[in-house]
Amino acid sequence: MKILVCISHVPDTTSKINFTDNDTQFDTNGVQFVINPNDEFGLTRAMWFKEKQGANVTVANVGGPETEPTLRKALAIGADSAIRVNTAAKDGFQVAKELAKVVQDGGYDLVIAGRESIDYNGGMVPGMLAGLTNANFVNNCISLEVDGNNAKAVREIDGGKETVSTSLPLVIGGQKGLVEESDLRIPNMRGIMMARQKPLQVVEPANAQAETDSVKFEKPAPKGAVKLVDADNVQELVNLLHNEAKVI
Amino acid sequence: MSVLVYTESENGKFKKTALEVASYAKAVADQMGTSVTAIAFNASDVSALGNHGVDKVLKVTNSQLESFNAKAYASAIAQATKNEGAQVVVVSSSADSKYLAPLLAIELQAGYASNVVEAPSSVSPFTVKRTAFTNKAFNSTAINTDVKLVGVSKNAFGLVESSGSATAEDFSPSIPELGVSVESVDKVTGKVTIADAEIVVSGGRGLKGPENWGMIEELADVLGAATACSKPVSDLGWRPHSEHVGQTGKPVASNLYIAVGISGAIQHLAGINASKVKVVINTDPEAPFFKAADYGIVGDAFEVVPKLIENLKAFKAQQ
Repeated sequence: MKILVCISHVPDTTSKINFTDNDTQFDTNGVQFVINPNDEFGLTRAMWFKEKQGANVTVANVGGPETEPTLRKALAIGADSAIRVNTAAKDGFQVAKELAKVVQDGGYDLVIAGRESIDYNGGMVPGMLAGLTNANFVNNCISLEVDGNNAKAVREIDGGKETVSTSLPLVIGGQKGLVEESDLRIPNMRGIMMARQKPLQVVEPANAQAETDSVKFEKPAPKGAVKLVDADNVQELVNLLHNEAKVI
Repeated sequence: MSVLVYTESENGKFKKTALEVASYAKAVADQMGTSVTAIAFNASDVSALGNHGVDKVLKVTNSQLESFNAKAYASAIAQATKNEGAQVVVVSSSADSKYLAPLLAIELQAGYASNVVEAPSSVSPFTVKRTAFTNKAFNSTAINTDVKLVGVSKNAFGLVESSGSATAEDFSPSIPELGVSVESVDKVTGKVTIADAEIVVSGGRGLKGPENWGMIEELADVLGAATACSKPVSDLGWRPHSEHVGQTGKPVASNLYIAVGISGAIQHLAGINASKVKVVINTDPEAPFFKAADYGIVGDAFEVVPKLIENLKAFKAQQ
């Protein structure tokens, strides 16, 4: 089985979110970048398929040279090879089209992407990729088993979960549950050394066009200070929630 | 012309999010000087849509579509969009809408903006405001394609009632090969779900153990709220994963979020800060949650929560 894991290169959760160039660009100054958490759960599940079922795992990212350390980290975790599509994409549609070309050229059976990235939160690349490559698609995937050409997956729905059966080729939008937090792997020294030898192929973009433009960013208005209520006067909280906040 | 909206129903009844996206579609249609057409699957009474701005409802009744299938639903919505000549398609932020929207975008060659929080600031170029960086910023996005797909954030636009009524029309789309089939559904019944809840009561490690969740459930019961928990609590197995809210768990966009014994790690706040009013109860006045909350009580949850339940019961009895 050939697996492609799509890796988004995103600012660490604790990063300060600021913008430059008249609020049109994200300010990367001093920001630490990581593998998108939803993608990392998928990558770790892919490692399970590699170790138990002999799958070959490639990771891919659409982005400039600055995203390579993130791909190297995925290689250090255990992926066999990496592909970087050399373009700074403007929207999810453009990313999906570039990745669709990678999928078609590489003939992957299973594509694992995160349900959304924690930076732009578009939540569109996995589904668009499935649509573009005519693959089956399961979103919000929290469990995945593959047996030959058949797959069984569980997806989270509002208020529960749903077990589905489907077949390869398949794209999933993965999240926590594919593996647990405690299953995530920190690259060890041997993995980091080996990652340097593994192939990281840079491919030129297919020149896909974006369909949306990011016009401007803005930050939410600063929040007022918390209103503290004395622990001995809980009734006051009920009054505030009813009369002031009007939520009960 | 017209604006098409996908209105979700469950057991034949429209969900609140369906009425919210209908209200949103009406606002877009007013800006564009056109009407609103809804597409509804296996729903019987469509009058609720008429009260929220919908002019016409395309009713799809098909036993093959009884359980949700993203590909088939996307295909049906795409066919309706083309038949109606709709320029804007509106969906919600439910798990099902987020599942089908990217497939629909590909079918329609439509630019897609998700997590949209306001009516368009302009319809030419079509520009909407959406959340990004997990609610830490907003992004104005212009959609450049002929057909535009908008996913509206839950609880952001609200319901707008109108006095109109909707005409109903049967619609029989062709159904593609499904590709994914549902084997079983495991859904909590008789409990408010986090996705639908107006109020969410959430517990953290400060509650010391799963045996102490009785008061969280009781507080939720009094308020008609859903229960949730922080990541450490679900990692420790005190509560099921389905209750975990935060960046890697479920997002919460309720009217009221009450956090009990949760310190407010940045990953937790990222997942819940779309909630309108946040209340924190924690022994530690330095807990980061106090910086994110609207109301707070510094105190021991084991003393404060029972008092809160008592006071709320008295309050509810007066209503």
